[in-house]
Amino acid sequence: MSVKDHAGDYYIPDPSPWPIIGMVSLLLTLIGAALALNGVAIGQFAVIVGLLLFFYLLYGWFRDVIQENLSDRYNKQVDTSFRLGMFWFIASEVFFFLSFFGALFYIRNIALPWLGGDGYLGATQEILYTGFEPAWPSSGPGELGGEFQPMGPWGIPAINTLLLLSSGVTITWAHWGLKLDNQKHLVWGLIATIALGLLFVGFQAYEYGHAYSELNLTLESGAYGSTFYMLTGFHGFHVTMGAVMLMAILGRSMKSHFSSHKHFAFEAVAWYWHFVDVVWLGLFIFVYWL
Amino acid sequence: MSTTTLTHDEAHDHGAPKGWRRWLFSTNHKDIGTLYLLFALIMLFVGGASAMLIRMELFQPGIQLLDPDLYNNLVTNHALIMIFGAVMPAAAGLANWMIPMMIGAPDMALPRMNNLSFWILPAAATMLLLSFVVPFFPGGGTQINTGWTIYPPLSVQVGMSMDFLIFAIHLLGISSVLASINIIVTLLNMRAPGMKMLKMPMFCWTWLVTAFLLILVVPVLAGGVTMLLFDRHFGTSFFDAAGGGDPVLFQHLFWFFGHPEVYILLLPSIGVLSHVIPAFSRKPLFGYNSMVGAMIAVATIGMVVWAHHQYTIGMSLGAVTYFMIGTILISIPVGLMIFNFIATMWRGAMTFETPMLFAVGIVLMFTFGGLSGVMLAVVPADMQYHDSMFVVAHFHYVLMPGAVFGLFAGVFYWLPKWTGHMYDEKLGKLFFWTNVIGFNITFFPQHFLGLAGMPRRIVDYNVMFTEFNVISSVGAMVFGLSHLLLLYIVIKTIRGGKKAESRAWEGAKGLEWELDSPPAFHTWTVAPQIK
Repeated sequence: MSVKDHAGDYYIPDPSPWPIIGMVSLLLTLIGAALALNGVAIGQFAVIVGLLLFFYLLYGWFRDVIQENLSDRYNKQVDTSFRLGMFWFIASEVFFFLSFFGALFYIRNIALPWLGGDGYLGATQEILYTGFEPAWPSSGPGELGGEFQPMGPWGIPAINTLLLLSSGVTITWAHWGLKLDNQKHLVWGLIATIALGLLFVGFQAYEYGHAYSELNLTLESGAYGSTFYMLTGFHGFHVTMGAVMLMAILGRSMKSHFSSHKHFAFEAVAWYWHFVDVVWLGLFIFVYWL
Repeated sequence: MSTTTLTHDEAHDHGAPKGWRRWLFSTNHKDIGTLYLLFALIMLFVGGASAMLIRMELFQPGIQLLDPDLYNNLVTNHALIMIFGAVMPAAAGLANWMIPMMIGAPDMALPRMNNLSFWILPAAATMLLLSFVVPFFPGGGTQINTGWTIYPPLSVQVGMSMDFLIFAIHLLGISSVLASINIIVTLLNMRAPGMKMLKMPMFCWTWLVTAFLLILVVPVLAGGVTMLLFDRHFGTSFFDAAGGGDPVLFQHLFWFFGHPEVYILLLPSIGVLSHVIPAFSRKPLFGYNSMVGAMIAVATIGMVVWAHHQYTIGMSLGAVTYFMIGTILISIPVGLMIFNFIATMWRGAMTFETPMLFAVGIVLMFTFGGLSGVMLAVVPADMQYHDSMFVVAHFHYVLMPGAVFGLFAGVFYWLPKWTGHMYDEKLGKLFFWTNVIGFNITFFPQHFLGLAGMPRRIVDYNVMFTEFNVISSVGAMVFGLSHLLLLYIVIKTIRGGKKAESRAWEGAKGLEWELDSPPAFHTWTVAPQIK
């Protein structure tokens, strides 16, 4: 490509099959999911094939990028593009979480008081839900899902907060190792981060089990159950993804892919990890504590 | 594949790759731009056909052509296809083609991701079309009768086609966010040396703001429809009052996206106008800095006034007052843009080629739509107009001239650059006049229908509304069919015509006009110096 002939110029990749493989995998997965949700058996099969194809795509696309990077095709400007791209991707994720936090705040501060006859909308209460006293946690005037106990903050959630905060420390420690070109330091920092992350996910899974079997707190437990599981669930999913990303970075660190001055992939994962961390703090405060 | 990308560099040193790989595997901003535009053109005809069916049904009172469920299904699909399938991809196509050429960049910043954001669109369109046809199969459930706003509780009760629709929205969201990230990164990082932010061509500025809006609001819609999906299948009660949720919550989430979406559709067209009007007035754009400021103001205020779509739901007096004042405030920066356009034309040596005709049409008709918008923003008045045909007339006056005519202007303005041929000016003007007359005959009478009390989204109506509906339907046929002329002109221009010079228009300014028409496959491989 002519662009590449000039030393230091911006790298334009050659035509790539991955985007269109991405389209096929997403289409298969989502058609399958829509069918499976409505009890059409073939849907699950399509989801599995679609997801396998999607993992193959992730593997292949990242393999291409890593090889291009190792053969030194990315100059400083390309590096800046990647950084900006990751930054704005995380920004969009922030707003995704904001929609769920928004739902929580709206339900607690506006919807429930309305149902309790607040303001000039008292008719709702008089006609539909006489005698309903809004309080949080709530499963609504219909008490959907039966009686439940809410999840308190000072057991597993507090431990999880400590775990995630320490994992933020260990990944920064790993970053120092990278900056000092000390591979051992870097690798152990990452291993510690991954271990803390997995421990977090494990505790979270245990917490869900506890909630379902002993507290009768389920997805069906009205507004509290809905927001609780939606927020912690999507967060847990992001932690899991972050942990997988960390593992990829660990593998690359062991192969000495990074140097003290060039390690965008490491920083991108670290940013993502810190983002997941901050979201957890929001969860701990607004979902568990207040 | 990876090994070939690393070892076969020599084989790719000139020109475009050959055959189907060029289009399916593309990493070239011009090819991807063309794909976007072609996709948008196809969707324009799909969405247009559904609109014409709707108008045929409304030609007379009573139910002639469509049963009510199918009518509602068509209304839903018309909106989604036009917004997400036609207008947004067309604007993204213009961005892909023009932004790198305008800022002196060799390509978009992330070329492979660029291709991904395009190819997700056909997948999303497939899901949308499936949501339309699935109910016709045995066990396919009910048709989507919610309209594009998919409000619960109705949308919780619709059959499986709603799941296809929800997933289509997810895909469209992913595509938009990826495309926006790419555009932001390109504009922030790929400008030619010396091109400061405030020297960027206006089209780039409009897309920068649009992309920010998309990144901030589309994820919220994705979150909203995800909650809807969970309410439908997993027993949550986000939108169920019995569980302490609230259907109104969905409206807030939807319009937090939905209102900025209006500016997402509008701003790229404002960008096009900022090039077309100076070029054909042979004067520089009046008030560049104030345009940038006005645009940022529109986007910022536009993000916090969403609930003016929901005045009738029973918000507190304080809330509706806030949303009313905020909404009316937007007319100040928008008015500033319009005055800037008029001042640009003032005492210019104007000529009226097709792009300029569309541009002047926008300034007139978009202003008209904006004014009916101010009427709707006023709470006590809106209590009367809400959900009437007046609203339909209003937003078609905003979106057809504001968004679509702007895209037409852009297509005619840059078609010589893309194809290397001048389009047939006579046919272009014929298209403009049939289009604009058809448009006005279709939508102008709907104002009166709405004021007289005809509700929207209803398959049948009172006989007293017949005359205006007949006029509107006749206009819609003219309007719809006029787009065949567009298709013919585009195909004719691609196949041949008078050779276009590199500066196809006498008054055109900007880096894109320094390049050949059509430009080489890779342009600005060495960045130009801007003084």
